Amino acid sequence: MENIISPENIVYQKPKLLNDEHMHYCPGCSHGVVHKLIAEVIEEMGVTDKAIGISPVGCAVFAYKYIDIDWQEAAHGRAPAIASAIKRLWPEHLVFTYQGDGDLACIGTAETIHALNRGENIAIIFINNAIYGMTGGQMAPTTLMGMKTSTCPYGRQADLHGYPLKITEIAATLEGTCYVTRQSVHSVAAIRKAKRAIRQAFENSINRRGSSLVEIVSTCSSGWKLSPVEANEWMQEHMFDYYHVGDLKSI
Amino acid sequence: MKGNEAIAHAAIRCGCDGYFGYPITPQSEILETLAAQKPWETTGMVVLQAESEVASINMLYGGGGAGKRVMTSSSSPGVALMQEGIAYMAGAEIPGLIVNVQRGGPGLGTIQPSQGDYFQATRGGGNGDYQIIVLAPASVQEMADFVDLSFELAFKYRIPAMILSDGVIGQVMEKVKLPPFKPRRSEEEILRDCPWATTGRRNGRPINVITSLELQPEAMEKHNLHLQEKYKTICANEVRVEEMQTEDADFLIVAFGSAARIAQKAILDLRQEGIRVGLLRPITLWPFPYDRIRELAGQVKGILTFEINAGQMVQDVRLAVEGRTPVTQYGKMGGIVPTPDEVIATLKSDFHI
Repeated sequence: MENIISPENIVYQKPKLLNDEHMHYCPGCSHGVVHKLIAEVIEEMGVTDKAIGISPVGCAVFAYKYIDIDWQEAAHGRAPAIASAIKRLWPEHLVFTYQGDGDLACIGTAETIHALNRGENIAIIFINNAIYGMTGGQMAPTTLMGMKTSTCPYGRQADLHGYPLKITEIAATLEGTCYVTRQSVHSVAAIRKAKRAIRQAFENSINRRGSSLVEIVSTCSSGWKLSPVEANEWMQEHMFDYYHVGDLKSI
Repeated sequence: MKGNEAIAHAAIRCGCDGYFGYPITPQSEILETLAAQKPWETTGMVVLQAESEVASINMLYGGGGAGKRVMTSSSSPGVALMQEGIAYMAGAEIPGLIVNVQRGGPGLGTIQPSQGDYFQATRGGGNGDYQIIVLAPASVQEMADFVDLSFELAFKYRIPAMILSDGVIGQVMEKVKLPPFKPRRSEEEILRDCPWATTGRRNGRPINVITSLELQPEAMEKHNLHLQEKYKTICANEVRVEEMQTEDADFLIVAFGSAARIAQKAILDLRQEGIRVGLLRPITLWPFPYDRIRELAGQVKGILTFEINAGQMVQDVRLAVEGRTPVTQYGKMGGIVPTPDEVIATLKSDFHI
């Protein structure tokens, strides 16, 4: 066994920036994978000394415990405003926010739209799992029609709740955005694509090319009340139908 | 120049790194002056019109958390919107300057002057146990002088500082001597002076995290105790007052900001009549000059608290006096600025002179 794990046999290691802190995420959750991608990209770009992350309120509130870079913890929804200021004051830095759908597309809609519209040189990583995970599975702005949550227990209905918000499509129409894409991390191929998208967004921030938004369509097995495998399948079956994966804008 | 303009010029001159604000009467001249001055071309100061006061205060959180000297300005309803962010800054110990050029309230209220935000400023308008440093300028000169002073105090104690002005001081035109130019801090100076800031993790140092969150009750209590200790230190070291003719005073007027200017005229007129009245003007509303007012309470026959509101600071005056001498209050609301004659009449009537 010791021979097998000797250094010359190692073909894969987690990025050094991803520390050994025990993650609080549920089994099957997409957050862990996206955290790893962010850590890998920062490490590969060699910009640990320039990276400042803004963590949200929601499941990723403790993102700063897992990735060893400087972080600011934002009030609910305000991460893009915080990132805007930091990037303007430290223009050489990589400044990114990491936000969920409730944070970005509901309470923080104004900050999101206006930071992107100003063309702030920041990257926004947007985890869309169509539900409020941290507070226990309530309806999100992105909850699909008919989807059941604890605050729409009979399913989302247009007359009661309105429609799921495609904020990424809105972002693509804004003059300030240079790169808007929707990705997922449900398979190895998808993870590789998502990593390339995150790298593109981070490079855009460093090179001050405008605002980048990377939506990751994600699972929430606890909120959806499914097993990790079922959640992955449900996402492909239902979420991808409404939230089409691919680049919306790349200039 | 106007008080609002003095704030803007002083900010550029004292090495401010960034201003983030949203227009609101009666203080829009601050952002307008900055935009016209284009300091990004001279000192490199960032000036950004934000989408809301909520965004502005969070930009302060971000910029201050990254070690920069950043400020915002607004007026009463806008500052009400900022309270969440101010509480977060206090919790995360982020320095920054908030200017409140007060107008009448509650709600949308009026655009005329008021001092109705005394409680909001000195009691911590957001959630949790916290304080911010509150400076009350009574002249255009002090509008200019308090910008650098606020930044110095804010960074010394890692605490938000507020200039609590009002529509009178913001709009009035007076002669002012602007502070000498002071360069913005260099990157090396920020790294040296703000080792806690999110400046990018260099040379493998431990990560810096700016947050007010802690879910372990014991750790959160410890943080709160640390904040309370800091507030005690500030109370012991940073109380500022101005006194006028208190040495021989039989009566005392306590007033801050524009009300203190009105009180000065009232006192001069009262002295002409042979009534010995003195003025105590708290310059810091928090920390409040409890000790000095308590001393004077033993000397005078009565204290009139004069403030342009329904009676807010009077509570602090009473806490200081602890019944040693009668304390009364006079003020106006709705954007009406009282005259010296009203103050004179109130003092005479309250204390049967």
